[in-house]
Amino acid sequence: MKGNLFKMLMTALVVLSLSGVAGAQTISYFNFSGSGDTAVTLNAMKAAFEKANPTIKVNIESVAYADYFTQLQTRAAAGTLPDAFELNYDNFVSYAKRNLLLELGPLFADTKFDTKVLAPKAAAAFTYNGKTYGLPESFSTVLLFYNKDLFDKAKVAYPTESWTWKDMDAAAVKIRALDKNTYGLFQPIQFWEFYKVVRQNGGSLMSADGKRFTVSSAANIATLQVMVDRYNKTNVIPTTAQMGGMGDWDLFKSGRLGMIVTGIWAFGDFIRDNTFDWDVQVEPGNTAKATHFFANGLVINKATKNAKAALAWAQFMASSKEAANLRLDAAWELPAISSTEIVAKYNSATPPANRAAVFKSLDYLVTPPVVDQSQEMTDILGNELSAAKDGKKTPQQALQDAQKALDAKIKL
Amino acid sequence: MKNTMGGRGWPTAILFLLPSAVGLLVFSLLPIVASFGLSLTTWDGLVTLSWEGLLSSWVGLGNYSEVLGGEEFWKVLGNTVYFIVLYVPMILGAALAVSLLLNARRRGASFYRVLYYIPVLTSWVAGALIWKWILSPQYGLLNLLLGLVGITGPGWLSDTAWAMPGIVLTSLWKDVGFFSLIVLGGLANISPTYYEAADLDGASTSQKFFRVTLPLLTPVLFLVMVITLINSFQLFPQIMVMTTIDGMPPGQPQGATQVMVERIYTYAFKYYKMGLATAWSWLLFVIIFGFTWAQLRIQSRWVNYDA
Repeated sequence: MKGNLFKMLMTALVVLSLSGVAGAQTISYFNFSGSGDTAVTLNAMKAAFEKANPTIKVNIESVAYADYFTQLQTRAAAGTLPDAFELNYDNFVSYAKRNLLLELGPLFADTKFDTKVLAPKAAAAFTYNGKTYGLPESFSTVLLFYNKDLFDKAKVAYPTESWTWKDMDAAAVKIRALDKNTYGLFQPIQFWEFYKVVRQNGGSLMSADGKRFTVSSAANIATLQVMVDRYNKTNVIPTTAQMGGMGDWDLFKSGRLGMIVTGIWAFGDFIRDNTFDWDVQVEPGNTAKATHFFANGLVINKATKNAKAALAWAQFMASSKEAANLRLDAAWELPAISSTEIVAKYNSATPPANRAAVFKSLDYLVTPPVVDQSQEMTDILGNELSAAKDGKKTPQQALQDAQKALDAKIKL
Repeated sequence: MKNTMGGRGWPTAILFLLPSAVGLLVFSLLPIVASFGLSLTTWDGLVTLSWEGLLSSWVGLGNYSEVLGGEEFWKVLGNTVYFIVLYVPMILGAALAVSLLLNARRRGASFYRVLYYIPVLTSWVAGALIWKWILSPQYGLLNLLLGLVGITGPGWLSDTAWAMPGIVLTSLWKDVGFFSLIVLGGLANISPTYYEAADLDGASTSQKFFRVTLPLLTPVLFLVMVITLINSFQLFPQIMVMTTIDGMPPGQPQGATQVMVERIYTYAFKYYKMGLATAWSWLLFVIIFGFTWAQLRIQSRWVNYDA
């Protein structure tokens, strides 16, 4: 019995070492977007990659978004970052600035990689000081979703691309008048909405050179006033108390919400659960049009010993047709490649009918201020915005307080 | 007991102690000491530690003066004190009341003991999510019940004044089973002879409670008070689960439920300011240590160890 066990162990050892001899290189890939339902698709991508690159094995480790950045930080501090990992736009600068990422530009010549295959705005999101440190694998745009049935009931024409705030507010008021539990619009007052909405009104959170905050400008105060009035004056948006702990998507799905500003990652949920007719449109602006997006990218650990293999994986995830098709089939955000074929495939699926809006809104894209203390900035402004929303401060007071706190705490 | 090993047993004893001692040293003592060192730097918790890096980011007591000199610390401390002022007297009262009920030798007492203990065994995340629903202003159970008696309930977790009381209610539900069990142990330790003597002297029920039960329970109540106070300063999971609104970090609305441990977590793992976070941790330690020491000092004035 003992002898058998020994033989088995030896055989296992030999097999293991032989597979190493075969020359397969293993790279580790740490990510958050492939945790949960999307794991199946990520595994399919890995299989396609390994088939095309038989000498490289990818060891995938997925962690839920809520825990991901804590774990990644711990690994960075311990000097045990994985070969390749995923970063979102808001954390990218923190890692790039600390010199933890491998600069990819010089390596592209070797692999004959042309960044032109990537959607330009998405690719630009992963550059720091003019250098490329990451490849965008996916992005999501934010759109105006609307409930056609409620529009019909309120006898309002559907949103068009040329809509402005005025049109949106007028429609929202009419839908709100339908019933005391029906609301016209949902658009949260928080950082990720605010930085874009101020641009729709000709304002900005930062000066053009990015050297100082311009949060408390007159244009921004006017913008916040409009947003707050939608909650408290016209009440087309339900207040926190009126929401009563219900989620904004759930409110839309329940058929009691005319319009909601949210990301295309809602498609899957809405296709599954909505029992009414709905569609999407590019967000309306006021004096200008402005939209925003969220992008995830693959970056490579500066200290990796498998730079080439990791780059091959990053390029595959960002630009290959296989990965892009798998992503589209799974409705897992959008591949960040500028391919007419992919766009056509994406647009052919319904609902929503107006999928073209997903790409059209890229024309008006604005990006958030790029600072190292991204999360802290978000929280400072977010706190003041919520004070204004709850009527604890006037929009002017809230933004002046935010300006003061940002000037004191955020190094630019 | 007689020491049968003499002096020669030491190597063996150390060998047996080693596994847990190493764990304690490496995972508790060392990080504690290291965290004090880090609190004197501006380390971001992101780049790998090195002596050069630490020395170049050395700020001495700068982090401490930044924390103590800012408004945030005092606001957060105020939030914690608000929690303590509401929670500690209520948990003491509730634990005492529940334990007196459970102590009565009635049928089904053990069933109720289990019932009160269930929240203690429930995970904080699950419990807090249920309470988020109970406290929901429009659809929640609590405001529904208040509505039945003609009271319009507040926007519990969305109102700056009511968010902390909401957290207190949740904490009471979670903790009362645990502390009433401790008090129950104290009640069982009171010798029945005291009550017999009181009966002979013709004492009333309330006299027995205030003159016999309460004084003899003071050691247990003291213990409960020390534990609850330490726990209160370390308030965290309920805040993390219950106080996020509109994608904002925990501590909403507008920072009304921000507490020390939440700040430590946020600074260390969200803002990449590990140095500052460790300074917060040490200040928290000093506060807890100070309060516990003060309690030990004044206990002789009211705690009675005659039981």
